[in-house]
Amino acid sequence: MAAIDVRELRRTYRTTTGVLRRRRLEVEAVRGISFSVEDGELFGLLGPNGAGKTTTIKMLITLLLPTSGQARVLGLDVVSHAKELRQRIGYVFGGDRGLYERLSAYDNLRYFAELYGVSGKTQRIRIDEVLELVGLRGREQERVEGYSRGMRQRLHIARGILHDPQVVFLDEPTIGVDPVGARELRQTISDLVKSGKTVLLTTHYMFEADALCDRIAVIAKGQIVGEGTPAELKSRVGHGRVTEIEVFGIDDATLTRVRAIDGVAAVTVEERDQVQVLIVQSAVARELTQQLMAELAGLQVGRVASREPTLEDAYVALVTTP
Amino acid sequence: MAFGLGVHFKMLSRSPFDLWVVVASPLIFATLAHFLFAYGHGSRMLVAALASGVMGIWSSTTASGAGALQTQRRLGVLELLVASPTPFWEVLLPISVAISAIGIYSLAVGLLYVRLIFGVAITIHEWVAFVVAVPTMIAAIGALGFLFASALVRFRSAFMLGNLFEWPVWMICGLLIPVSVLPGWLQPVSWLFAPTWGMDALRGATLGSGHPWADIGMCTLLAGAYLIAGALFLRFFLFAARAKATLALTS
Repeated sequence: MAAIDVRELRRTYRTTTGVLRRRRLEVEAVRGISFSVEDGELFGLLGPNGAGKTTTIKMLITLLLPTSGQARVLGLDVVSHAKELRQRIGYVFGGDRGLYERLSAYDNLRYFAELYGVSGKTQRIRIDEVLELVGLRGREQERVEGYSRGMRQRLHIARGILHDPQVVFLDEPTIGVDPVGARELRQTISDLVKSGKTVLLTTHYMFEADALCDRIAVIAKGQIVGEGTPAELKSRVGHGRVTEIEVFGIDDATLTRVRAIDGVAAVTVEERDQVQVLIVQSAVARELTQQLMAELAGLQVGRVASREPTLEDAYVALVTTP
Repeated sequence: MAFGLGVHFKMLSRSPFDLWVVVASPLIFATLAHFLFAYGHGSRMLVAALASGVMGIWSSTTASGAGALQTQRRLGVLELLVASPTPFWEVLLPISVAISAIGIYSLAVGLLYVRLIFGVAITIHEWVAFVVAVPTMIAAIGALGFLFASALVRFRSAFMLGNLFEWPVWMICGLLIPVSVLPGWLQPVSWLFAPTWGMDALRGATLGSGHPWADIGMCTLLAGAYLIAGALFLRFFLFAARAKATLALTS
């Protein structure tokens, strides 16, 4: 039995706008996605902002009701068995929020231990264990308001696994954390999986997904556009090349011409300080530099480089394909 | 629930704003009462001090209480509380009671103030009734706050209603003026509010008049009614919040 099993899951948000003439708006955040996560697996859900990652997680942890479709976690339906399920899953999200700032880390953990029914006898032992795991031992009596971003995030993880859940949902847990802190967090996540837990992780950082995830689903505009191991996803663009060209002042018309070049699979533009970097993926191992330079004639061009595709390129190709 | 109550009481006691509400208001109202009663003294001032304390408890419940759920939202904790396996009424009730319980500072400050500044003797005729009345009233007002808070789970702008209820309850519950001077049709409305019976119980126990134990009984009954109504509303509003996705919205 899969630890997480999602079938044709949909979620539509309905809102109203306007003061005198109220208008109903419908936003389809998740449009019939299906995937499954095996027991003990670390599964990544990747996608741009607004793709539907957090909405999916919130349905799986019973905070949101699906509009249609079905989702089971540990064999329990997320709608009809919400209460039983909550005891067996953990949820951690990224950012500064989600903690009582005026309380110590220990009081925060104690409170959530009570809410999750961790018995009085085992509370202290369990709190010590999770503090040790996330590296906050010795700092637990300090108020959270004095904690750094990385410490807060580690405390979040401690809170999320306090009741020893079988499945842990991590929603962008390393967002805003400095590189050293993020590396420590990744080690903590890796340790969670080694200890036998199933983890569903959302992240924006491709190297993180590449390093941690057994399998990945890429979600864009509420739909899954690609699924597989990091190696499988990379192989989708693996036979192609990526050309990066520094340019100044590229316009939409030029981009349209670049996209029309035969063999071009995806085109993106990154802003780096004062320069734009045109990133062009070719569908096959074809040298496109000459054709690209011809289209960029008249523009100031800087460094030109050609390289092998990465997971990020695979991701970009998947989410930008119309 | 006791641990939750302790945690939230501790947290509120560390909030300068919440403490200011409960400490400053009895000072202001007791001073006003002193001058309204033409430099009054004795039992009238003592009752005025108690009333100012109860007003502080109610202010805390409305001002801080209405904001408390918004605070959980702003802190990003509300979703985590809902996502826990503990029934949400068991989570919310200690928060509501903790908010009214910090009103205990109001009562203490009001009594100390009239004793130290105006020299009013603190004479309580029925100590046992008084000691029982204080926590009963705080619990009943907390339960009323819980009833209001159930709507806040679904309607994030409902916190504005909290301030709307502050002054009318002072008026109709006999905290500022006696209930007997209210229009006849309004008096039964006052019976629906725990502060009316709580204040009567404190007044009766202090002056040795009325029926403080009956008032304590009414407070208890009302608290039970608020709890049942609040739990039912909460179940409905929580389901609606999960359907409408309003748990995470902060503004």
